[in-house]
Parts: sequence; C-alpha cells; structure tokens
Amino acid sequence: MNIKSGNDLIMKNLKSTPLNAKHVLLGAKMVPFGGWDMPVQYSEGILAEHHHTRKHVSLFDTCHMGEFIIKGPSAAADLDWIFPRAVANQKVGTARYNFLLSDHGTVLDDLLIYRMDEEEFLIVINAGTIDNDATRLRSLLSESTELIDESPVTGKLDLQGPLSADILEKLGFKKSELPKNYKWIKTSINGIPTLLSRTGYTGELGFEFYVSADKVNELWDILTAFSEVKPAGLGARDTLRLEAGFPLYGNEMDEKTTPVEAGFSPMIGLEKHTNFIAENILKDPSKVTKILTPIVLEGRRAARHGNAVSLMDGREIGIVTSGMFSPLLEKAIALAYIRSEHKLQVDDEVLLKVGTKTLPGRVVTAPFYKDGTVRMKI
Amino acid sequence: MKKYTEDHEWVLLEGSLAIIGITSYAAKELGDITFVEVPTVDNEAIIGEVLTVVESVKAATDVLTPINGTIIEVNEELEDNPQLVNESPEEDGWICKIEIDDASALDALMTEDEYNTYIKNL
Repeated sequence: MNIKSGNDLIMKNLKSTPLNAKHVLLGAKMVPFGGWDMPVQYSEGILAEHHHTRKHVSLFDTCHMGEFIIKGPSAAADLDWIFPRAVANQKVGTARYNFLLSDHGTVLDDLLIYRMDEEEFLIVINAGTIDNDATRLRSLLSESTELIDESPVTGKLDLQGPLSADILEKLGFKKSELPKNYKWIKTSINGIPTLLSRTGYTGELGFEFYVSADKVNELWDILTAFSEVKPAGLGARDTLRLEAGFPLYGNEMDEKTTPVEAGFSPMIGLEKHTNFIAENILKDPSKVTKILTPIVLEGRRAARHGNAVSLMDGREIGIVTSGMFSPLLEKAIALAYIRSEHKLQVDDEVLLKVGTKTLPGRVVTAPFYKDGTVRMKI
Repeated sequence: MKKYTEDHEWVLLEGSLAIIGITSYAAKELGDITFVEVPTVDNEAIIGEVLTVVESVKAATDVLTPINGTIIEVNEELEDNPQLVNESPEEDGWICKIEIDDASALDALMTEDEYNTYIKNL
C-alpha cells in the first residue's frame, strides 16, 4: 500500500498561525492547507474529534482565514453593488453569509460580512483566497472606500459544540448576554478585547472569536483550560461541515459555479436585491446548468470529489464535489452537481462510480445530519 | 514468525495458511479507517495485485497481495467495524487468511527488525 509518511512533508514557504507550536506540542499531524501549515488532526483522530464536537465542544484554530475592514461613506453602497446579497440594509451587530463574484456571476469566494457600523464592515474570507479577494475588491470599491487587510494582525478561534455557551458562561457571560444566531458583540475575555459572533461551520451551536494575533495564544489557553474543550483540526472541520450540508469553496463553489447553482438563491434573497454585479446572469434561469444535490450512499464506502453520478440505467448525469464517510449516519454521504435537465427528486436513486465499483445512492435533503444544535435556545 | 512487506502488510504463517493484515505503522498513517472491502473467499490471491481497499476519512488506499494462494477465510467483523484495524491492526484487525502453495515465498519478506529499520528511513 502506498502511504505518505507524515514526517517527510517539505514545508515550502508555508505560513504558520500563532498557534503552530502548540499544535505540534499537542501531537497534531500537520499538513499544508491554502498555503498554511495546519493541524489536520490531533492524537485522538478525526472521528473522535468529530464526535466530541457534536456531543461536547471543540476548539479550532482558524487564524489562517482572512479579515478585511472596509470603510468609508460609500462603503455600504459599494458593497451592496458588489455582492449578490444585500448589504446596504444589513443591521449593525449582524453577520451575513455572502459571495464575492466574478463579472460572470461565478464564485471567487464565500465569506461572512459583519456590519460594524454605518460606514464600516468586516469581511471574513477563506485563507487561500486572501490576495485575490483583496485585488478584486480594490478594483471595485469607490475612491473614498478604504480596504484594510487585517489578516496578519487578527487571530481567530472557533468554539463549536452544544456545550459552547456553557463554556462562555463559565467565563463570566450570562447566557442572555450572548449574541443570537448570526449576531456579534464586542466584549472582553479575561481582559482580551474580543469580537464574539454566534457563527460557525459545523451545524452545532458555536461561536467565533476574533482577537489581536498577539493575544490568540492566551485565548486558546483560556478556552482549553476547561476539560470539556478539546482541540479539533481541519479533518474534523471538513467532516462536520459536510454532514451539516455546507459547501466548501474549491469543491462546491469555484469560478465555474454560480451561487444559484450551489442552491443559495433563497438564502441570499436574490429576487429582492437589485443593482448588483452579474444580476442579469444570476436572475436568468437558463443560466443554471447544474444543481447541487445531497446524496446518501448505502454503505460505508465513500464516493469522492470527481466521481461520476449516473442514473440507474448508467447514463451519466453529474459529478461528486465532496464525499466521505459520515460518522453520525455511519454511511457515506456526498454532494454532487447534477445537470439541470435531470430533475431529480428526493428519494430518487442514483449510482456513483468509484474506481471500478458502482455504488447505489439516494437523493436526500441537506443537512445530512439533522440533529445539529446550531439553532438551539441558550 | 511475522514477516513484513515494503507495502506495509504483515504475513503470519499458521500451518499452510498465511494470515494477512496491515501494519501498525500503516494504520497510524492512514488515520481512522471507515471502510474495509473484505476480500472474497475462494478468490485467487495473486502477488502484487489489489487484495482489498482500505478507506480512511481522507482517502482510499489499495492493499496489495503479498503472497500467492487462495483466499480461505476473511475477517467479516471488519464490514461493520473497520475501526478494528486501528484498534488492533496486527491481531484482531487481520484481513484474510490465504492458503499458500509455497511457504518459502515468505523468505523474501522482511523480519520485524528489518521492517522497523525500513520505516525509520522513510
């Protein structure tokens, strides 16, 4: 069998987060991700980290992600035109999921926009696209609108799991003071100024913490001092998001895909928003060439990115974008783009071609894991 | 005495049967195993060909046949409990038993010491 030895990865110009030494000390297996040296798992392994997040609470180092401040008297108007989901009417104190688009309406990045003030926004983006996003935004913003790249000075941690609010309570927060879903507050944790939002990427109750990069080690120590909190890496982050039905930029979305094809029109209120880049393309149903479809396979064996999907008679109708074993369902799950002329319905049966094998699967609705605590009342 | 291959399989001779599995080192490198394609009884085992596929969270990996023979017995427990390979890769996580024609085929494989040296240098 062909297995890569974990120790001989050559680190070519990989960036490190401020927590790198801690991960290594904790016995993490480190891998390159989006130009960064990141922990894919710690010593207990991906499945243990996945289960711990769903049952208790895990801490993820997400410092590699990017943060831009966009501000100025025209900032709201600029962003409202640049993004397919309205920004001008977004309230201060909220966060919205949104997409940075090319002129053709295809996705350059998926991201969160936090409205900090009337004229100030925080945009949180994927690690691998920071430079491209800055270039794209700078080419579109008006003269008076500033873009400040705060990525190098910002540390970010994700605390995710049903016990995450209890941990904050132990830190002195009243549960009633904590931000509601997709809202944020500015606060301080043991004296560390923190932007705290109730957001995440796992389908469980969770919070994201933004602090100054020179304080993130201290915050990590504060949070991991609680025995309930265990570190989790990018491996579990991927299995958790897929079970929750969330897309990953690079898999479900890229420069050949629109957010409509990825299924996000309703969520971004596309029909109501007017006057934005590629509006005509996104509102044109004939431009929807494929539909993102969740599929559950019968067994444990996974279909993966690039595997073909076909009808029961063997006719190819699409391609898998993400697929893996689901620890909670104990079966393999997949997201696939099915060409839009095949109008698949829930419970329709399909076949997935994995190497020489043909595996049966069934169309379902997302999320795959339906008992996530992300919306729970705290 | 257990012998080892460069592809990280172990082979243990029990009379005319060779018990096959993957090594502790391989199991650790692969991470959590989520699926093992249990081989088919009575199939021919041909050295160098794919014996089974072992899937971990991130990838599928071929396990190659280390020795010629016929598959006599397979570890059916692995169908519902592939994690057995992580828990006990060189004992309870055995994959199959092959009836071999020629026990001297094991001479070419590595001893435990030779395998340990081999993996240190990878």
